[in-house]
Amino acid sequence: MKLLTLNFLTCAIKTCKSSPSSFPLHPRDAELEIVEADLNLKFLENILPRLMWDELRVVVDELGLPTLPPTIPTRADLVAPSSPTSSSSSSDPAPSQTARDLHRILIETCVREGKLVCGNCGHEYAVKEGVANFLLPAHLV
Amino acid sequence: MSRPEDTLPPDLFYNDSESRKYTTSSRIQKIQSDMTHRALELLDLKSPSLILDVGCGSGLSGEILSASDEEGTPGGPHIWIGFDISSSMLGVALEKEVEGDLFLADAGQGVPFRAGTFDAAISISAIQWLCNAESSEESPAGRLSRFFNGLYASLRRGGRAVCQFYPKNDEQKKMISAAAVKAGFGAGLLEDDPGTKSAKTYLVLTVGGGELDGDITGVVKGMEGVDVLDQRRKVKDRRRPEDRKGSKAWIIKKKEQMERKGKVVKATSKYTGRKRRIAF
Repeated sequence: MKLLTLNFLTCAIKTCKSSPSSFPLHPRDAELEIVEADLNLKFLENILPRLMWDELRVVVDELGLPTLPPTIPTRADLVAPSSPTSSSSSSDPAPSQTARDLHRILIETCVREGKLVCGNCGHEYAVKEGVANFLLPAHLV
Repeated sequence: MSRPEDTLPPDLFYNDSESRKYTTSSRIQKIQSDMTHRALELLDLKSPSLILDVGCGSGLSGEILSASDEEGTPGGPHIWIGFDISSSMLGVALEKEVEGDLFLADAGQGVPFRAGTFDAAISISAIQWLCNAESSEESPAGRLSRFFNGLYASLRRGGRAVCQFYPKNDEQKKMISAAAVKAGFGAGLLEDDPGTKSAKTYLVLTVGGGELDGDITGVVKGMEGVDVLDQRRKVKDRRRPEDRKGSKAWIIKKKEQMERKGKVVKATSKYTGRKRRIAF
């Protein structure tokens, strides 16, 4: 499961929906892997305003990855400054190092095994082979 | 042919052998990909987006979502997140190494994402399963409402969802679209090849706000070969004529009322409620 997905996932239990601590889910005993993917600059630009940056930093810290900068990059940071030598940059802007790092963290870093724990109710969602189990027993629905 | 929905719950019906059959059958693959393309056409995405695939199964539609613009996916390649209740189906998807993130979850239990997550949602041949409740604690209406409420919250303003489903009958069609409307969606049904054996029903859902042009009638505007049948109730400003005071129906109603009270009432004849002839 991508860290991007983790930045949108909340606890599925109804009583947790109203509590702010049900997001983000905290990874525990997580085993990470890198899945190479093509960088999609337009997607990053599209998703950037919807990211919860502070929560992403918390999750990244909990996973023991290098700390992210305190402020969220802007849309302009994602595009490398077009150098006068490259002529084709007008149609297809090149991604900057910031975009590459963001892509690495959000899209390529995946949780393979482990648990996701709700900060509110403490419910544990198991992740196996990258697939999280969000089926709830009937009394919690 | 019997409906699989009537035989077993989805997590049991799609076991290992059924999942493999479903995924390897070239006929099903063809139908699924046609429907996914049709749904994408209705979603009308312009740039790479985050899409929710409800009942993603083995990722047949997800493969199309991950394809690039040149390969025939408008606005692609999209990033998608899929969930399905059948672990066997997800197992097949894992073997195929699909690009989207997978979840084992029941759509009837809600959508566990924070508000405004997705640009769009797609669901191919899945939501008719929500009309079946497998235990006494749940009801089809409850499952549908949890699903649509969750979906409405997780879509961004101006987002769209297209759900293709196989309704058992008109009643089920009505139940599903009513549940969607109740959750807040602008809902409309699009039917391809209506009345034939291969009829396909698409529920087109829109979330208000943003740059969106109204409901489904805005979605299909400019598409070829689409007839719009607006069945929304027209506001009635005319009162029912028989209620008018002094009319024959009103007099008969009053006479019946009096008769029930035990009063002596003249018999109703063809002259009842008629105007008198002008004397001069």
